[in-house]
Amino acid sequence: MKILVCISHVPDTTSKINFTDNDTKFDTNGVNFVINPNDEFGLTRAMWFKEKQGASVHVVNVGGPETEPTLRKALAIGADEAIRIDTPATDGYSVALQLADVVQQGGYDLVIGGRESIDYNGGMVPGMLAKMIGANFVNTCISLEVEGSSATAIREIDGGKETLHTSLPLVIGGQKGLVEESDLRIPNMRGIMQARSKPLHVKQGVEQSPRSQATTFEKPAPRGAVKMVDSVDELIDLLHNEAKVI
Amino acid sequence: MSVLVYTESENGSFKKTAFEVVSYAKAIATELGTTLTAVSINASNTSQLGVYGADKVLEITNDSLANFDAQGYADAISQAATSQDATVVVLSQTANAKFMAPLVAVNLEAGYVSNVVALPQSITPFKIKHSVYTNKAFSLTQINTPVKIIGLGKNAYGLHETSAAAVSEAFSPSFKQSDTKVISVDKATDKVTIADAEVVVSAGRGLKGPENWGMIEEMATILGAATACSKPVSDMGWRSHGEHVGQTGKPVAATLYIAIGISGAIQHLAGINSSKIKVVINTDPEAPFFKAADYGIVGDAFEIVPQLNEKLKAFKAQNA
Ligand SMILES: Cc1cc2nc3c(=O)[nH]c(=O)nc-3n(C[C@H](O)[C@H](O)[C@H](O)COP(=O)(O)OP(=O)(O)OC[C@H]3O[C@@H](n4cnc5c(N)ncnc54)[C@H](O)[C@@H]3O)c2cc1C
Ligand SMILES: Nc1ncnc2c1ncn2[C@@H]1O[C@H](COP(=O)(O)O)[C@@H](O)[C@H]1O
Repeated sequence: MKILVCISHVPDTTSKINFTDNDTKFDTNGVNFVINPNDEFGLTRAMWFKEKQGASVHVVNVGGPETEPTLRKALAIGADEAIRIDTPATDGYSVALQLADVVQQGGYDLVIGGRESIDYNGGMVPGMLAKMIGANFVNTCISLEVEGSSATAIREIDGGKETLHTSLPLVIGGQKGLVEESDLRIPNMRGIMQARSKPLHVKQGVEQSPRSQATTFEKPAPRGAVKMVDSVDELIDLLHNEAKVI
Repeated sequence: MSVLVYTESENGSFKKTAFEVVSYAKAIATELGTTLTAVSINASNTSQLGVYGADKVLEITNDSLANFDAQGYADAISQAATSQDATVVVLSQTANAKFMAPLVAVNLEAGYVSNVVALPQSITPFKIKHSVYTNKAFSLTQINTPVKIIGLGKNAYGLHETSAAAVSEAFSPSFKQSDTKVISVDKATDKVTIADAEVVVSAGRGLKGPENWGMIEEMATILGAATACSKPVSDMGWRSHGEHVGQTGKPVAATLYIAIGISGAIQHLAGINSSKIKVVINTDPEAPFFKAADYGIVGDAFEIVPQLNEKLKAFKAQNA
């Protein structure tokens, strides 16, 4: 089984979000970039496929040279090869189009992406990719087993979960549940050393024109000060008469 | 030219988000000077959609769409959009809508923007505001394609009544049975889900252990609320993973979010920014959550919550 894990390179969850150039660009100053959390769960699940079922695991990112440390980290965790498509990730559609090309060239059976990236939050790349290449697709995937060419997946639905039967080629939008937090791997020294000599292919992107692009950014308006309340009676009164939410 | 909106239903009844997306789509149709067509799948009572402005309803009735199937649903909705010559397609952001929207976008060669929080800022060029960086910022994004797909965030627009005819018309799309089959669904039907809830009662590590959640469940029952929790609480297995709220968990767009014994870490707050009113109960007056709250009580949850439950019960009995 050939697996491709899509890795989005995102500001870590503690980052303060700021913009520069008249609010047209994300301010990377002092920001630490990491593997998108949803992709990290997927990468670890892929490692289990490698160890238990002999799968080969490649990772891919669409983005500039600045994302290479993130790809190296994925190699240090255990991926066999990395691919960077050297083109800016303008919108979900253009990223999916680049990934579709990689999947078709590489003949992958399973593509693991995340439910959403924590920067763009589009929740669209894996679905678009699946549709473009004619593969099956399971979103918000919290469990995946593959036997030969058939797959059993569990996905989270609003208020519960659903078990699905499907087949390869398959694309998933994964999240926590594929593996647990305690299963995540921190690269060790040996992994880091090995990662240095693993292939990281840089490829030119296919031609494209994005279907959408961010023009400006803004931050939420600062909120009014909290009202401290001394009694539960007062709280109920405020919720009823002032906020009008009960 | 027209605007098309997908109105989601469950067991034949429309979800509340369906009325919200119709209200929103009507406003866009009015702005464009065109009509609004809704498309429903196996729903009854489609005339309800007229209350929020649907001029026409394409009713799809098909047993092979009884279970949600992203591929089949996406094809059906895409064909409905094409049949109406729709230039704007509006969907909600429920789990199922998010699942299929990217497929619809590829079918219609359309630009898709998710987590939209307002009406388009301009029509030509088409610019629309949506939340990014897990609700820590907004982006004003321009869509360049002739057909635009909008995923409207929950409670971003609200319900607006404008009466329209909601003329019903049967619609029979053709689609291929997909390779993906539902084997089983595991869903507590008697509980309000975080996605649907207007009120969410959430608790954190301050509650000390899973045995203390009785009072949280009780408050949720009194308020018709969903229960939720912070990440460590689900990591430790005190509550199920489906309840974990935050940047790496579920987003909550409720009208009232009550946080009990939660410190208010940045990753937790990212998940609740789009909730309207936040109430915080915490023993520590310095807890960061108070800075993000509308109302706060400094105190011990084990004292405050039982008192609050009693008073809320009395309040509900009086205002029923
Ligand atoms: C990559 C990453 C992603 C993360 N994603 C998320 C996420 O999505 N969601 C999330 O929630 N967290 C997330 N976290 C964890 C987050 O940083 C915090 O650790 C977590 O939110 C803390 O949970 P808590 O508030 O329940 O616990 P604590 O921080 O331990 O806070 C407990 C609070 O309870 C109060 N308390 C104690 N006793 C009482 C009492 N008797 N009555 C009232 N109050 C009391 C305390 O004063 C304290 O404020 C993430 C962390 C990382 C590193
Ligand atoms: N630039 C990118 N390169 C590789 N994979 C990506 C990229 N952007 C998004 N993805 C994948 O698509 C998922 C969903 O991203 P998004 O649609 O942006 O929310 C992510 O979790 C990644 O798996």
